[in-house]
Amino acid sequence: MAGIVSYGAYVPMYRLSRAILGQVWGGGGKGEKAICNCDEDSITMAVEAGVDCLKGMDRKSVDALYFASTTAPFKEKQSASIVAAALDLREDIVASDFGNSLRCGTVALKAALDAVKSGSARNVLLVIADCRLPAPNSAYEPLFGDGAAAFLIGASHVVAEIEASYYLTSEFIDVWRLETDRLPRSWEERFILDEGYEAHMKKAFNSFLKARNAKGKDFTRAAFYAPNARSHQAVVKILGLDPKTQVEEPLFDSVGNTGAALAPMTLVAALEGAKPGDKILLGNYGDGADAHALLVTENIAKMKDRRGIKTYLKSKVMLENYGKYLTFRDLMPSEETPMTRPRTSLTAMWRDRNWVYRCHGHHCQKCGKTQFPPQKRCMYCQAEEKFLEEVPLAERKGVLFTYSMDERTAVIDPPNILAAVNLEGEVRIFSQMTDRDVKNIRVGMPMEMTFRRIHDALGVHNYFWKCRPARD
Amino acid sequence: MAESIKDKVAIVGMGCTKFGERWDADIKDMITEAADEACKDAGVELKDIQAIWQGSQWGSQIVEGGVVTGTLVSSTLQTQYIPVTRVENACGTGAESLRGATFALAAKGYDLVMALGVEKCKDMGFGGLPSVWIGRWEPVYGAFGTGPGRYAMAATAYFAKYGLSNDDGKKLLAEISVKSHFYGAKNPKAHLRREVTVEQVLNAPMIAWPLGLFDCCGVTDGASAAILCRTEDAKKYRDDYVTIKAFGMAASPGWGKERIDYDFTYWDATQAAARAAYAEAGIKNPRKELDMVELHDCFSIAELIASESLFLCETGKFKEQMADKRAYYHDGEMPVNISGGLKSFGHPIGASGCREVYEVYKQIQKKAEEPSRQIKDVKLGLAHNQGGHPGKFVCGVTVVGAP
Repeated sequence: MAGIVSYGAYVPMYRLSRAILGQVWGGGGKGEKAICNCDEDSITMAVEAGVDCLKGMDRKSVDALYFASTTAPFKEKQSASIVAAALDLREDIVASDFGNSLRCGTVALKAALDAVKSGSARNVLLVIADCRLPAPNSAYEPLFGDGAAAFLIGASHVVAEIEASYYLTSEFIDVWRLETDRLPRSWEERFILDEGYEAHMKKAFNSFLKARNAKGKDFTRAAFYAPNARSHQAVVKILGLDPKTQVEEPLFDSVGNTGAALAPMTLVAALEGAKPGDKILLGNYGDGADAHALLVTENIAKMKDRRGIKTYLKSKVMLENYGKYLTFRDLMPSEETPMTRPRTSLTAMWRDRNWVYRCHGHHCQKCGKTQFPPQKRCMYCQAEEKFLEEVPLAERKGVLFTYSMDERTAVIDPPNILAAVNLEGEVRIFSQMTDRDVKNIRVGMPMEMTFRRIHDALGVHNYFWKCRPARD
Repeated sequence: MAESIKDKVAIVGMGCTKFGERWDADIKDMITEAADEACKDAGVELKDIQAIWQGSQWGSQIVEGGVVTGTLVSSTLQTQYIPVTRVENACGTGAESLRGATFALAAKGYDLVMALGVEKCKDMGFGGLPSVWIGRWEPVYGAFGTGPGRYAMAATAYFAKYGLSNDDGKKLLAEISVKSHFYGAKNPKAHLRREVTVEQVLNAPMIAWPLGLFDCCGVTDGASAAILCRTEDAKKYRDDYVTIKAFGMAASPGWGKERIDYDFTYWDATQAAARAAYAEAGIKNPRKELDMVELHDCFSIAELIASESLFLCETGKFKEQMADKRAYYHDGEMPVNISGGLKSFGHPIGASGCREVYEVYKQIQKKAEEPSRQIKDVKLGLAHNQGGHPGKFVCGVTVVGAP
């Protein structure tokens, strides 16, 4: 039976408290929302969730990568191919982007399951990430958060079988962005919540349960999308669920509404607490709705080392102020300076792809030392390139050897921290440090690598690896 | 068979512009100022010069990163079809221009040549140096790595290795900057001419932690020039000429910061260049034998580490042997950067190496611009010039002395 073989999730480190938004715009609001760093986007968050999901898995067995998001960083140019490279997947795979609908994650899930069931793929990696930009001082601003989830879909060693699914497609328009819009537009709230969300969820769940001759109370846990907490409660009521025992809370107070990633992240949270035999009801919404029944197997015990929602929620830094948020999201005009702009070369990036995207270093077969970036001659024993063998380094842990904090570099979030990190296996990486709490950096602290957007020189997103203090 | 360069070539004239933010002068003004002073000092005319080595990283085209050819100098000075070779080794360019001129004389290709270093940095419109390298060489690797950011990593590493608390480490570096400003204030041609206290240094705004404003040199305009001939001809021009005792030049393999065994607390290219120069000049104990050193102190930590890597004190003993004893003052055991150094005299990239030699030349001739800066009886001095960043330096060590 096909289903979820592994799962992972990602919550960015920075959180914006709703109290700060209250101070800026008036009004109250409890809890906080996760927002991605200025060097993160849906591609980098998808990579993070993918890394979490692939822990202990054989990357060579991944025959397809599906990326789902309503906020793909490129309009033309696939995101999935960049995610696949950063995850160091094989080249002879199918990669595809799913987008435009909040439901793109579960639509991609269907495509993944179909591929596995038909035998065209052994395992499909499905990564779902979203970082929707709400208008300042809008109802969506306190609500929207950023995050990602990932599932390895396959037919053997499944931790949760997907027993059945039901899909409903609708031309209903509630929230949209036109081709050049950065910010969402929406129709009247009562219409989009009552006639849109509640009506479609009710129809999809009822049709699904009826066909299976089941009821809401038959499920151990329900994990489904909602635009906000109130609408979520309304559907809990429609399904007749016990809010105390049966409902996986959709992270509104801690992460926010992560759009296409919300239902998938809520499902990861449900799986984190699941036992063999548990039945999970999954639901998603957007341009229709869908419903799924999952059965947790005894393999769930093998998933304990995932960071998932739980660990990533705990590791956080509160954003100091709203101004920082505005600059992170490029919502403010900034002063023009005569400083030179960064440049890039896609030609060079292409030549360097194995280390820029895949984080491969060189291992010298003569002296045994590993080095980054790859070399023409071993930097330790000068052996020729033919003795240098590519090795992946992205997953190696390390410690901070030395660093500096440059206040004057033209980065979005100064100081720019330069770091020398000694990774496992005696390999040194020189890189920028991200996701850091500047007051809590010390030589010797545990570090790890993370895939980030370095700059947007010449109007293209230029990605590479940075280091960050370990988030476990 | 290669021969030693020792004492084969003499410097018979030198010039140096006023260093600073030269809003009044463009690059042509400064080339002319330095060249004219050098010619006058040597008692020669420009038309007597047979070849020129021009050192500049960018010239005046910093932001655009434009290529500077030798015509920058020929068109300014209206030299008539003589060779002008442009050399470049980033901040270590100046030593390279002198070295090219010296070896051409030793090869007897010419009889009278000029070395000139120049940089016009302050036409850019912003403070600091531009990060022109972002995307120039590597689109994303090392992006946003600036000079201060890269040197500051060495300070962090030095503090950690020798168990200095941040406060103690910062104070040690502050004492170096206090000395640099002390001498800059006494030097009429220097860029930064104000004395500072340890407290001022410690309380200054942060540039690249742990380096604050006064740990960093300014961005400076300036030019310097030297007229050289073979030593046998030197007497034709002056009696108090100085001779080149040695050149040590080393380009590091360049992957220090990426090597697990590099700890950022020493400059390997400096050690290599110093060893070569000391061997050529016959120097066994530099601290004893050198009367003065002008070393590459673009940052306070750079002076500390260069002092150790030039073997002016023992490794890890800078505090005890240089700072605590005030050995690096002009009346101390090992005077260092009595000009004010790059830190206070200023650092117009391509001009610095030649300017350092200018200071040694003037000190040997007992012509320090301000008498209170004059070091007693200088016979042998060293100029240390490097380009790049910790782990990836090209370094030139020039030893000059009385014949």
